[in-house]
Amino acid sequence: MTQISTNIVDHLAEQKEYTTLNLGPTHPATHGIFQNILKMDGEIIVDAESTVGYIHRAFEKLAERRPYYQITPITDRLNYCSSPINNMGWHMTVEKLIGAKIPKKVDYMRVIVMELARIADHIVCNAVIGVDTGALTGFVYLFQQREFIYEIYEEICGARLTTNIGRIGGFDKDFSPKTWDKIKKFLKEFPLALAEFQSLLERNRIFMDRVIGCGPISAERALNYGFTGPNLRAAGVDYDVRVMTPYSSYEDFDFIIPVGTHGDTYDRFMVRHEEMRQSLRIIQQAMDKMPEGPCHADVPDFYLPEKQDVYNKMEALIYHFKIVMGETDVPVGEVYHSVEGANGELGYYLISDGGRTPFRLHFRRPCFIYYQAYPEMIKGSMLSDAILTMSSMNVIAGELDA
Amino acid sequence: MGMTEAQQETIINAINTHFNHAVIKHEVLYDMFTVTLRKDAVIPAIQWLYDNEEMKFRFLTTMCALHYPDQKDELGMMYQLHSLENNLRIRIKTFFPKDLPVMPTLTGLYSAANWMERQEYDFFGVEFKGHPNLKRILNVDDMVMHPMRKEFPLEDQTRKDKNDTMFGR
Repeated sequence: MTQISTNIVDHLAEQKEYTTLNLGPTHPATHGIFQNILKMDGEIIVDAESTVGYIHRAFEKLAERRPYYQITPITDRLNYCSSPINNMGWHMTVEKLIGAKIPKKVDYMRVIVMELARIADHIVCNAVIGVDTGALTGFVYLFQQREFIYEIYEEICGARLTTNIGRIGGFDKDFSPKTWDKIKKFLKEFPLALAEFQSLLERNRIFMDRVIGCGPISAERALNYGFTGPNLRAAGVDYDVRVMTPYSSYEDFDFIIPVGTHGDTYDRFMVRHEEMRQSLRIIQQAMDKMPEGPCHADVPDFYLPEKQDVYNKMEALIYHFKIVMGETDVPVGEVYHSVEGANGELGYYLISDGGRTPFRLHFRRPCFIYYQAYPEMIKGSMLSDAILTMSSMNVIAGELDA
Repeated sequence: MGMTEAQQETIINAINTHFNHAVIKHEVLYDMFTVTLRKDAVIPAIQWLYDNEEMKFRFLTTMCALHYPDQKDELGMMYQLHSLENNLRIRIKTFFPKDLPVMPTLTGLYSAANWMERQEYDFFGVEFKGHPNLKRILNVDDMVMHPMRKEFPLEDQTRKDKNDTMFGR
């Protein structure tokens, strides 16, 4: 609603004196370390320039020196709000390269973990939109639920934030009964908390007035800017990797892809909100249909053998040694695999020359690609809207800088 | 996602007719149709794929630079396009010598190419002609090298305190 046409700003340009404002690099409202140099005309943003790279950690270079299994912890640190999705995406890329046949059960377990991660990521984004509009209550309700998701991760793999979950080929072990109990408890309790959150914000007049029409982007511009994920869907394009190029047996599940119309903050909020519900549906279906079977594929070259066998069988000992020392041969080839990350299409482009490490690994990081539209989206709007636009785009510094 | 052979044939024929036999190599790598083109034909070919009413490759998924130190044309670029309407993906590659790392920009067609090209300039030193704001993006501005090239090892090779002979690369 505070959108002011850029024409008016242009018209007044000659008579005005502008203020330069540094939003960031460390500012509580940016939720990460990135700088925006804003040219301000009073409260109105005339021009903006983004500077990124403050937490650049050279992941692509690091990956060229690490054996495949040691790259999983690197992927944790891309979008650290939903690390499991990144981990799974990497495992699937390597599995595609080596041509591993993954059992259905692993697919379903992965779907559960990935959808939990998606919910956790969307909780961060949506709750923080609330905080940035001044509504702290919803944040507290939902962050308790996020804590429960982290407890589920902890039960599965022992870690909470940077999870390093699963292995190339599957999972290190089956989900324990306690894990299932926690997932069931979460599925029962989360809808209630989400409904409470919804009633706090969704039809709240103040919230709606604040976010409707804030930071909009049209479908054409969004596509041209390479938007993917909830931000693209909020603009009205129903592109979802889970449906377009199903991976990990997503074709077995029945779910809806919510789309918005205006691509503004409210639409992005609503799309994420609905996606959380759909994720719950997917988890429920995966649990109901969970097949029997082993929790990993038969890839002895990549999947660590049972510890008992390592002590007693020569082959297992050899495989164990080769995997840990990173001396496994991989096929020569190049492969692109993408998963629907919480922020959009997370792609891995991997070139292998048959050596122990990738020859080249390139991450398609959705944040990095859509954040470049930010100056265009905030031009002509108020400073406070720029903050909201940023938090509703869910810009994660780790994914931005890699 | 996989392209039918007829569609592959169409693309190759069209590029060869319009751009003077620019296709150097074409293959299907895993599920991705990959075409290697002559450098001068890359941007016009992408434009043709964008404009083509049947294919509609209107989404730039990603691009990245490549460095093969053993090749004659050491540096290369990889572009990945996606036709959201038909759900087709294509990968376009091209190679050029290291002492002339110049590519025309793709920013005129896709706004998304802006930062992607800046990133590849930053890490590989590929210069994109016509780019509106070609400067480093993730590394510090006064850096003098392009660190993703293969001649720059990850660790300082003059170190004496580490023995990497067994497991290093």
